[in-house]
Amino acid sequence: MKYLDEFRDGEQARRLADEIARITTRPWSIMEVCGGQTHSIIRNGIDQILPVGVEMIHGPGCPVCVTPLGVIDKALAIAARPEVIFCSFGDMLRVPGSRDDLLRVKGAGGDVRVVYSPLDALRLARENPDRQVVFLAIGFETTAPANAMAVKLAKQEGIRNFSALVSHVLVPPAIEAIVRSPGNRVHAFLAAGHVCSVMGYHQYHILAETYHVPIVVTGFEPLDLLEGIRRVIWQLEHGESRVENAYERVVTEAGNVAAQATIAEVFEVTNRGWRGIGVIPYSGWKLREEYAEFDAERRFDVSQINAAESPICRAGEVLQGAIKPNQCAAFGKQCTPRHPLGATMVSSEGACAAYYHYGRFVELQGTKG
Amino acid sequence: MPEISSQPFTSPRADLSASDAGAEKSISSSARGPDPSQLSCPRPLADHPHIVLGHGGGGKLSAELIEQIFLPRFGAPSDHPLGDSTVVALPAGRIAVSTDSFVVRPLFFPGGSIGDLAVNGTVNDLAASGAQPLYLTASFILEEGLPLDDLVRIVEDMARAARNAGVRIIAGDTKVVERGHGDGCYITTTGVGIVPDGCDIRLDRAQVGDVVLISGTVGDHGMAVMSRREGLEFSGPLASDTASLSGLVQALLAVCPDVHVLRDPTRGGLAMTLNEIAQAARCGIEIIQAAVPIDPIVQSACEFLGLDPLLVANEGKIVAVVPAATAEQALNALRRHPLGQRAAMIGQVIADPNHLVVARTAVGTRRVVPMPIGEQLPRIC
Repeated sequence: MKYLDEFRDGEQARRLADEIARITTRPWSIMEVCGGQTHSIIRNGIDQILPVGVEMIHGPGCPVCVTPLGVIDKALAIAARPEVIFCSFGDMLRVPGSRDDLLRVKGAGGDVRVVYSPLDALRLARENPDRQVVFLAIGFETTAPANAMAVKLAKQEGIRNFSALVSHVLVPPAIEAIVRSPGNRVHAFLAAGHVCSVMGYHQYHILAETYHVPIVVTGFEPLDLLEGIRRVIWQLEHGESRVENAYERVVTEAGNVAAQATIAEVFEVTNRGWRGIGVIPYSGWKLREEYAEFDAERRFDVSQINAAESPICRAGEVLQGAIKPNQCAAFGKQCTPRHPLGATMVSSEGACAAYYHYGRFVELQGTKG
Repeated sequence: MPEISSQPFTSPRADLSASDAGAEKSISSSARGPDPSQLSCPRPLADHPHIVLGHGGGGKLSAELIEQIFLPRFGAPSDHPLGDSTVVALPAGRIAVSTDSFVVRPLFFPGGSIGDLAVNGTVNDLAASGAQPLYLTASFILEEGLPLDDLVRIVEDMARAARNAGVRIIAGDTKVVERGHGDGCYITTTGVGIVPDGCDIRLDRAQVGDVVLISGTVGDHGMAVMSRREGLEFSGPLASDTASLSGLVQALLAVCPDVHVLRDPTRGGLAMTLNEIAQAARCGIEIIQAAVPIDPIVQSACEFLGLDPLLVANEGKIVAVVPAATAEQALNALRRHPLGQRAAMIGQVIADPNHLVVARTAVGTRRVVPMPIGEQLPRIC
C-alpha cells in the first residue's frame, strides 16, 4: 500500500536497527509521546530489535487514557438522559467511569452512537431536531480541528440541539510536566507526528533548549519509529538537544495554519486534569465564551460531578513512564482489558492494553531465557 | 449409525407457518372448509407491500407467505403435503448438525445479504467438520414493516446460495415482531450433513509441525459490512466474501483426506480461530504476518479505522491445519478451486506451554496475536 508498505520494509528496518546499535554506547530512555506510536512499537516488536539498554517509555499520548474520570462520569450522566443522542469515537465506549461505561449505558437504553467524525454528530443533530445531540470532544491537537469545525458550523447554522462535552489536551505542557517531575527518567522524546501535522513543531524548540532534551517529530510506521529513535540517540550520544523532523512527508514547521485558526476561534487554553496525573496548567482547550451555548457541561448542568480513581490502579505512573505496566500489582490480575481499572487498559492505544495484548510474549520469552 | 426417527405424514398442519399459539392452520385452506382468518376483522391485506403482524399469525397471511414467497423459491420439501416435520433419507455416515442465528445491519451489503449469510454460514460450519451438507431449516423473525420486496430478495439469495452449496431448505418457520422490536429480519438456520467414515476433523487434532493454511484474503466481510453500515467510502469497492465453502472443502479432502483441523474464521476473524485451535490442541501457532493474504482496500480501510484485519470477520474463508507432508498438495488443491485462488500457507503449529498465537512481523520480530474481546472499536486517531 502506498505510503505504508515502503515504511514497513523488514530489510531496511534491520539496517536501521543495526545503525542504532552501532551509535549507541550507553543506556538511554526514550519516551514516545503518542499512543499510536506505542501501539505500533509493540505490535511490530520494535523494542525487541533495539540495543540492550535502550528503553522505550510509553507516554501519556493516548487521549482515551488521559481523559479524567470526572469527564467520563459526566459523559455517562448525559448519555443516560432520554432526550440525548450521545456520540463518541469508538474507543471511548469501553472506558470505565466510576461505576459504568458507555457500552453499559447503551445496554441500559441510552442512545449512544459511534461516530467517525464530529461532523457526523452534527448531521445527526440536523436530522433529529427534537433530540439533543452531544458529542464527546476529546483528544489531542489532532482531533481538535474537526471538533472545532463542528461547533463552529453548529453556531453558523443555528443548530441549537447540538453540544460538545469538551476535554481536549495538549502535548507540549505534558512533555514539560514530565521533564520537570522529580522522578523523571526520560532522556529524549519522540514527538507525536499527527499532532505536529496540525500544530507544527515550532512550540517544541523552547522545550528542547530549556530542558536539554532532544525532540524528534516521528511517524508511526516501523521505519518512521526506528528513524526517530536513531535521531534522538545520535543527538544524545553527541550531547545535543534540538528539535528535528523525521516525519517530513506529513509535518511542516508551521503545521496546518488553517486548522490552527479554526481551533483558535472556537477553543481557548485552560488548565486541564489528566487521568492518573492530575491537573497540568494550560494543558487543555475549552470552548470560548462565544461558544458557551454549545458546552454540554453547562447545558446539562453536570459540572458538579467529580470522581475518584481506583486506589490500586497505577495508570498515572505508567503514563509518566515511572513504571512499566507489568510492574503494577493489578496488571493482568484485577485489571485486564475485560475488566479495566484504568483507562490505559481500555484503549487499544493504552500502554497497559498494548502490553497485555502484545507484550506478554516478550515477558514470557524473558522469563524463559 | 443413528436412526432418523421417521414420522408418518398424518398431521395436516403447516409446519412452515406454525404459530407459537399452536393452533391448527392449514396452508391449503380450500381443502378444509372456511378459513377462520377470512372472518377476522379487519380483513387481512393479502396484497400488503410490507410485513404485517398477521404474516406471523399462522393464518391466511402466513400461508400466503409460504405459498407465494418461500415454496416457489426453496422448492417443496417432499412430494407429500407439508407436515409438522419433514422426513428425509440420509446416506451412510455420521451426522453433523449445526445451528446459527444471523443478525446483520444492513440486511443488504456489497457482496451479499443476510440471506446469503444464513445459508453459507451454516453450510460452512458443517463443511468445517468435513461433512457434506445436505439439508437446512430456516426460521425467520421478521419486523413489522419489512418491505415484502426485501423479503423476496433475501429468500432468493437464500435459494441461490442453497443451490450453489448443494443443500435443500426443507423446513422453516416465520414469526413477526412489532415494529421497533427487530432489525427488519433475523434468520436462524440449522443444517444437517453427513461426515464420511474415516474423516476426523477436530480443533484438538492440530499437532506440532502441522502447517496452517488459509483459503484466501481475510477481513473482506467485516469491512464491507462496516463500510456500508457507517457510510464510509474507501478508494475501491469492498465486498463481502460470503460463499459456501462446501465445494472447496470437498476438493481439499479429496486430495488430502487427513486434514487435522478446519475452521471458518467468522466473528473474531483469523485471530480468534487460531487462538481457539491453539487452546483446544494445547499448542502454539506461529504465523508469518506478511504471508496472510489481505486485499489492499481492506488493508487501507483497516488502517484508516485503526482495526487489525486479523480480527475482522470473514464469511467465505477456511483455515486448514494439515500435516506438513501434505501441505503442498493441500495448498494446490485449494488454489485450483475458484474460492481458493489466493490460498496461502501462513504458519505452523509449534510447541508452546502458554498456547499463544504469535506472528512474525515484517521487521523480523514476534508479537502475540491476541484473542479478541468483544467487538473491535474504531480508534480515535
